[in-house]
Amino acid sequence: MILGLDPLLAGEIDLAVVLIVLLKVGVSFALLLVAVMLMIWFERKLHADMSNRIGPNRAGPFGILQTLADGIKFFFKEDLIPDRADRKIFILAPFLSMVPAFLTFAVIPIGGVFTDDKQGAVKLFGHYTWLQLADPPIGVLLILASSSIAVYGVMLAGWSSGSKYPLLGSVRASAQMVSYEAALGLSVVSVVLLAGSLSTHDIVMSQAGSGFGGIIPRWNLVVTGLVPFVIFVIAGTAELNRPPFDLVEAEQELVGGFHTEYSSIRFALFFLAEFMNTVTMSAIIVTLFLGGPAGPTFFGPDWMWGPLWFLAKLGLFLFMFVWFRATLPRFRYDQLMDLGWKVMIPLALGWLLLLATINIARDENWSLPLVVGPGFVVLVGAYALLNSAIRTAQKRRDDLTKAGS
Amino acid sequence: MGYFDGFKITFGKLFKGTRSGAVVTVPYVKDSGPKREKPVRLHGRHVLNRYEDGMEKCIGCELCAGVCPARCIYVRGADNLPDDPVSPGERYGFVYEINYLRCIHCDLCVEACPTEAITESKLFEFSFTNRRDAIYTKAELVVDDDGLPRNLPWEDWSDLEKVAGDSSAWVRATAPSGSAVYEGVVGWSGELGFGVKEPELGQTASEPQPEAAAERDDDHDDHGGHH
Repeated sequence: MILGLDPLLAGEIDLAVVLIVLLKVGVSFALLLVAVMLMIWFERKLHADMSNRIGPNRAGPFGILQTLADGIKFFFKEDLIPDRADRKIFILAPFLSMVPAFLTFAVIPIGGVFTDDKQGAVKLFGHYTWLQLADPPIGVLLILASSSIAVYGVMLAGWSSGSKYPLLGSVRASAQMVSYEAALGLSVVSVVLLAGSLSTHDIVMSQAGSGFGGIIPRWNLVVTGLVPFVIFVIAGTAELNRPPFDLVEAEQELVGGFHTEYSSIRFALFFLAEFMNTVTMSAIIVTLFLGGPAGPTFFGPDWMWGPLWFLAKLGLFLFMFVWFRATLPRFRYDQLMDLGWKVMIPLALGWLLLLATINIARDENWSLPLVVGPGFVVLVGAYALLNSAIRTAQKRRDDLTKAGS
Repeated sequence: MGYFDGFKITFGKLFKGTRSGAVVTVPYVKDSGPKREKPVRLHGRHVLNRYEDGMEKCIGCELCAGVCPARCIYVRGADNLPDDPVSPGERYGFVYEINYLRCIHCDLCVEACPTEAITESKLFEFSFTNRRDAIYTKAELVVDDDGLPRNLPWEDWSDLEKVAGDSSAWVRATAPSGSAVYEGVVGWSGELGFGVKEPELGQTASEPQPEAAAERDDDHDDHGGHH
């Protein structure tokens, strides 16, 4: 029962149910494509604004049709496959990077009514259902898994091109994505720990409802203490290969990185996947940390507010990603690795331990300050130890280099 | 909080009308009325000039093809027929082609040309849609009887009148006709088939007087009669 706990699938499955599921497939597919189209335009326009330029302004009002024009153009471009490329893998790679991007979006709740004990269900053609394509009990794992599969797309693209720059780009990509996935996963575990479920719907449910003091929402952003959120955003940016972590396609060093040898619609597929992943990653952040489509309803039909809240929160993070790109210079490779392994992973791991301890303390009715205080001290001590170990290793390496030269 | 100052700057740029958000790029000319003034030395599409009597200036010497760093020029010379010469001299440019997919508009061909046959106009809006159109043949490059370049269907020359008078963009590093008088002087010639550029600082409008110019004028008269 991979589609999970959706009330639509709980009862008898007749034609209407199948049609509703098909409709959801179509809508989420189209929604994602349109979102990507708008995202590319939004990014180009906003980035232009932030660097005192105008940006696309020729196709349609405010250049909003520029992406469409580019897409059509890509179809008519010459499709080159280098002689030394591994043809089968070269053709496969763009799809390997695009299909996971679509898959991930399937488990994102994009709407629903989360007030009045409605559990996020919405009435659609007489059937109660959730506004998400699928809600597998392992939703979060699916997200992590498909982001790992996407690495294969990037890696195989570079490897099969039979060319040095793509190969360098893809080696960077695999190293970067593997190391940041650890931090990403650890910060997700904090969320899962508190929600008590891997289903994205349950995670949203756990964040719905009025929060602390009626003002601060019960989002995981607050509940997990901000640190996992910050780690997730940074690791997510790295996972997306977006600036400042875009070493994979560093134009100044690697021409186009892993997709240097790609042209025509194959190149467009990579591009599409990249922006689709940006949209999806923002949606994941919203789902995991900002309560997804859950939010107060004010007037009008209550099903309207779910998608509205979702889009508002999504837009916030899309803006953030563009803002990052417009502001931050690219990391050097060793800085990237240092940040990933020496800062993010220890921090995420330590915070996870702290959260787990607090969780147990609450279950066992232990005194919270008594647990958190020593726990914090242990973490700081461990971090100091780690730091001194890193510094010693660095010093030894420097001595070796000096002796060598 | 030095880390976040950068974010403040980029966010501030979002607000147009403020000094930090002032847009520095300008839209393409067609959105904002008439075309913009072209810089005096703009290098655009080439023209092959003719003398006032209609004779072609090109003598088919292939110096332009030899000097071209992009190797975009292909020239083949042929002997002039004595009774129906194309250019004043022994030979003329029988085939003359410029491939604009390769041309970098460096103007070295203009520098190399001994007879001021090839110059660059200020016309740059020519977006051909296939590779065949990108290769301009002699028939397309030679100026027409008015001394103006031929307007090909894909070229936008709506401001031709404005740039025609000042379109050669031609500053020679050497004497136009190899005159020793001009050694070490940046030469300038007022005599061109298409457009005349004003002399720049340190240049005079005087023609290179010595033999070379005189000879050429003689040639002129000889063949002009036949034409």
